Amino acid sequence: MKTDLVLRVGVKLILPFMLLFALYVQFHGELGPGGGFQAGVIAAGMIILYALVFGLTAAKRVAPQAIVERMIPLGVLIYAGTGLAGLLTGANFLDYSRLAHDPPHGHEYGIFAVELGVLITVSSTMVAIFYAFVERGR
Amino acid sequence: MEASINMVLLTLMAIVVIGIVRQRNMFGVVVLAGIYSFLMASVLIVLDAVDVAMTEASVGAGVSTVFLLAALHHTKSLEQRPKTPPLLPLLVVLGVGAVLVWGTIGLSPFGTPDAIIHKHVAPKYLADSIKETMVPNVVTSVLADYRGYDTLGETTVIFTAGIGVMLLLRGASRRRTKKTERGDGKAGGEQAA
Repeated sequence: MKTDLVLRVGVKLILPFMLLFALYVQFHGELGPGGGFQAGVIAAGMIILYALVFGLTAAKRVAPQAIVERMIPLGVLIYAGTGLAGLLTGANFLDYSRLAHDPPHGHEYGIFAVELGVLITVSSTMVAIFYAFVERGR
Repeated sequence: MEASINMVLLTLMAIVVIGIVRQRNMFGVVVLAGIYSFLMASVLIVLDAVDVAMTEASVGAGVSTVFLLAALHHTKSLEQRPKTPPLLPLLVVLGVGAVLVWGTIGLSPFGTPDAIIHKHVAPKYLADSIKETMVPNVVTSVLADYRGYDTLGETTVIFTAGIGVMLLLRGASRRRTKKTERGDGKAGGEQAA
């Protein structure tokens, strides 16, 4: 796939910062605006931008389709699994109080795990839908 | 100041919507829809809803524009003119719009702190969030902790939507390739026979 040189170099410069911003939005979501959903879409946007400029084959080398498709249920499982972990520790479903030595820390860890699940499902779903759309045209 | 910025943004959004309605070229519609989403994100920033603004900018203007362009690739890019003047849809839209405007009359004025929705559970969340969850951003603790069930449901909705789109788009083509492969095999077998 041959595209404009300026576009290719510019996109290559932007991509790492997009990923960094996605991770910032994810892990700084406790303190500032953002969270799993926004971070997931930004991360997926990075892969999609890469695919738009460098082609689908190159993008699939970065994010293989098989992995992306397995990540969709994985995120939901992480989320529900965190809920079940709460159940196993004797609290209610999705109650993170007993996941750590004291309830506030437990809630902090629980929120972290749940947001990670959201990130995984959202980002992989967006990329998988994009792959499905592009592949259909071939 | 805030009100005047909002007025400018909302006026621009109305102009963009008129453009979308009048535009017959689907490519133009998709681009205008992206502009609409960016304007909406700006409105949400003025309203101090930065989380929602981020979502609107990344999903509405970014990813969904790409999806719509990809969908456009598979269809015609020029909308057909309606055969009859769309009077019934116009009536329905005007009726629904009138009902919605009528509904806003019952709401308390914009931004009042003692509106009913701010008096139910919000004060408890604001007061106890840091103590109970150690997460300073109340939006995050409400979404992932106090309202964890809702977010689990949302994640499941995204999961379901992704699986559904993949089944719709990929299922058909995969079946087709399988059929042709089988056909080729049969043809090869016949030749060998």
